[in-house]
Amino acid sequence: MSNRPELLAPPEIFYDDSEARKYTSSSRIIDIQARLSERALELLALPVDGIPRLLLDIGCGSGLSGETLTENGHQWIGLDISQSMLDIALEREVEGDLLLGDMGQGLALRPGIIDGAISISAVQWLCNADKSSHEPRLRLKAFFGSLYRCLARGARAVFQVYPENIAQRELILRSAMHAGFAGGVVMDYPHSTKSRKEYLVLTCGPPSISASVPRGKGEDGESCSEDESSEENQMVCISDRNRPQKKQKISRKGKGRDWIFKKKEQLRRKGNTVPPDTRYTGRKRKARF
Amino acid sequence: MRLFTHNMLSSNIKGVANGFPLRIEVDQVVEKQVDFNPDFLKNMFPKLEWKALVDAARTMGYTELPEEADSSMLESEDFLRKLHHALLELHLEEGALVCPETGRKFPVTKGIPNMLLHEDEV
Repeated sequence: MSNRPELLAPPEIFYDDSEARKYTSSSRIIDIQARLSERALELLALPVDGIPRLLLDIGCGSGLSGETLTENGHQWIGLDISQSMLDIALEREVEGDLLLGDMGQGLALRPGIIDGAISISAVQWLCNADKSSHEPRLRLKAFFGSLYRCLARGARAVFQVYPENIAQRELILRSAMHAGFAGGVVMDYPHSTKSRKEYLVLTCGPPSISASVPRGKGEDGESCSEDESSEENQMVCISDRNRPQKKQKISRKGKGRDWIFKKKEQLRRKGNTVPPDTRYTGRKRKARF
Repeated sequence: MRLFTHNMLSSNIKGVANGFPLRIEVDQVVEKQVDFNPDFLKNMFPKLEWKALVDAARTMGYTELPEEADSSMLESEDFLRKLHHALLELHLEEGALVCPETGRKFPVTKGIPNMLLHEDEV
């Protein structure tokens, strides 16, 4: 992706008043955030007993993800570095408590009290050094170390991340392991470039119990659900509309049946909903149609 | 900021051994109605630092909480109501949190504590 917000400016500057407002007034972003937090909550695997838990939302922004937590009846504390985003959260009258803080400085919380933590598209910001005093490795260490301390034993933390490259994913994962977490990466729709989502699922406590990583959605070519509009870009980013489109080469005879089958197979692997192959596939319509 | 968040927060300035509890300086307190949920309170109770909560509630002007509490008191509806009010309905809207060791102030504006540290405190 060419236009990652992380590369433009530090988070407290990038998410200024206008960007925060844009972020929260776009129904597409709201929709994606809600779906991501829904899935993160599912991966958190809290016991289903109807008791509200105390959760932490790291990089809560304007409280879009927190809303999902509230809908599921949980109490939450949100942390974000952008004052503008938190102002919008206040305007939206979110239920959780908000803190202005930098996750790279460590979480200012008492040990062993949080029942679970989620974070939607936030942790990759830690990989950037925005000030001369910032050292990504140390900031990740401070973050994961303090998170490990404040989580209750056996509690889980689920982070949806957009790592820029493999090195970044490695760096995040390694810092988490050094802090003592067990777990790994769950990838939803790994074959698709657009709807692929990565979740870091970490368990606090001894690695023996329940540290197995859940399976991602769509790993064996299972389709996305209907509402997963696959033609739409699922990343939360500002897409570049002026980018020149690739010209397609078409021979006089058209592309042929084999080409269609190949294309459909590709889409199926990506997890899209594709009509079945029949004897009508790729047939020309009659002239009188 | 509600008192249950205050009960979780501690100062994480470099070199501070015991940053809990943060002292509260009150400029403005707001009360907001929240649905009563005894299950949540019972789940939260073992994690609370009771003394810190009582002190914090006093500074906010709520003196109904008993000095001592144990889990047997969770059966009483009256006690749960008081706990609910103190934990979830009292908001510190304007004021400051003060680190007990260094005296560093974390300002609270519009109900949001500013926990950002300066570079030399990390």
